Amino acid sequence: MLLASLVEPSIGLIFWMTLTFLTVLFILAKFAWKPILNGLKEREASIADALNEAKRAREEMAALGAKNEELMRAAREEREVLLKEARDIRDKEIAEAKGKAKAEAEALLSRARADIQNEKKAAIVEMKNQLAELSIQVAEVILKEKLADRAAQQSLVDKVMTEAELRKS
Amino acid sequence: MKALLRLSFLLMAALLMGPLSAQHEGHEHPEAGTVQADQAVHDHADHAHADSAMAATTTVHEAEAAHHEEKKGFDAGTLIMSHIGDEHGWHLWGHTSLPLPIILYNSERGLSVFSSSRFDHGHKTYGGYLLHDGHIAATDSPDGSDAHHATINEELTKATWDISITKNVMSLFVSVTLLLIIFLSVAKAYTRRAGQAPTGLQNLIEPIILFVRDDVAKSAIGHKYERFLPYLLTAFFFIFLNNLLGLVPFFPGGANLTGNIAVTIVLALITFIIVTVNGNKHYWHHILAMPGVPGWVLAILTPVEILGMFLKPFVLMIRLFANITAGHIIALSFFSLIFVFGETSAGAGYGVAIGSWAFTVFMMCLELLVAFIQAYVFTFLSAMYIGAAVEEPHHH
Repeated sequence: MLLASLVEPSIGLIFWMTLTFLTVLFILAKFAWKPILNGLKEREASIADALNEAKRAREEMAALGAKNEELMRAAREEREVLLKEARDIRDKEIAEAKGKAKAEAEALLSRARADIQNEKKAAIVEMKNQLAELSIQVAEVILKEKLADRAAQQSLVDKVMTEAELRKS
Repeated sequence: MKALLRLSFLLMAALLMGPLSAQHEGHEHPEAGTVQADQAVHDHADHAHADSAMAATTTVHEAEAAHHEEKKGFDAGTLIMSHIGDEHGWHLWGHTSLPLPIILYNSERGLSVFSSSRFDHGHKTYGGYLLHDGHIAATDSPDGSDAHHATINEELTKATWDISITKNVMSLFVSVTLLLIIFLSVAKAYTRRAGQAPTGLQNLIEPIILFVRDDVAKSAIGHKYERFLPYLLTAFFFIFLNNLLGLVPFFPGGANLTGNIAVTIVLALITFIIVTVNGNKHYWHHILAMPGVPGWVLAILTPVEILGMFLKPFVLMIRLFANITAGHIIALSFFSLIFVFGETSAGAGYGVAIGSWAFTVFMMCLELLVAFIQAYVFTFLSAMYIGAAVEEPHHH
């Protein structure tokens, strides 16, 4: 009998249990589970969002760092290039200047040499001229001296005549 | 393989059910006989009542004599049964009970509402009713007459609906009030502090809600779990809270609500209705004609599957009821040992008390675990059954 009363459900309790449980189910579903589950879902979503955001920010930072590195590298490279170019230009200019100077100096020298040559030639010509004049003057003096008497003049004419005749024959 | 497993599971369940229903029937007949033959054997509603089967075959005086003799000794069985059963009025201590409203209805007398204290612990009749073996019975005796000698109006008793606020109903009210207070305040915290870290009670409740959501609903039902979550959560916390309240040995705890079959039958029925209403084509196809099974096997399998449909909630009902009731019985039995031995000699009582106390504490700890496990098992199996009902066919 005791066990029978245990496994025999009483109508009153079934009635109250059904009524109460369904009411509580309804109230909790509407006023407790809905806000709680929504709240949990929202919080989970916001946490996931925040984590994603942080991850993205970290990635962005990393990308930014890489970009900076790249920029730095590019800048360094460019500086190298610029420096090299500058050095090249400087070297070229120096070389050019040196070449120009050398050429000019050579030109000057060659001009100077030509001038000297010309001067030398002119001097030689003049010397020759003066020498000729001098010799003529000397010859004049000598001739004047030699042809002062008649006999001498005659002998000379004769000599020249003979020479001329000799040459004719 | 899966079908085979299911089959063996169902067979087990059927075997388990057999002896239980046999006992049930076996006990019903003597009780029915008792009511006619015995109107004299009564006691305090919440205390020992005589074995009615015996009373049915003895005269009133003999029964009373036997009863008085019995009363001298300590009756552990009656004590335990009265503690795990239901009662009109809530026994607090000694002869003090909290009177509870009695609500009765029958077409002849209409609605009667009065306090259980009017029965004077089953000694007096009131409003044409009396308390017999803890149950309400209709009588034609005038108010205030001795209930033990009043004649019971059998016909009217059967036609009377007893929807009194009994100890269990009161306990039900207490527990749902607690549930509402806890969860409405927690819900308020979620709306007020939306998106913020949980505090206080929220911290205690949230992991359990997440456990039910993720490890019970989501894992057993799949992506359609959200629709069934309110029921699963309510069932889980209802069972868990009542299991815990049942372990509290004093008012307002101590009622054996989740160990009462009327409570588990309602819970199991709700699961059954949810499963049946939400069952999709795939589910019914598997029950009525399991695909890939030859026709002659179907002749066996289909009845088994249909039986299984009803066995599932039945097993849910029995499991919760039996586990919680058994726990109460064991804890109370250890406790009763003290008094059983105490009757032989006080020394033995004190001696046994130490061991009993230790065992009772051990049982209580075990019951705390069981309180959670049974709430989990009930919810999880409900979720599994719902999951099977809403499962979409696999693509082979």
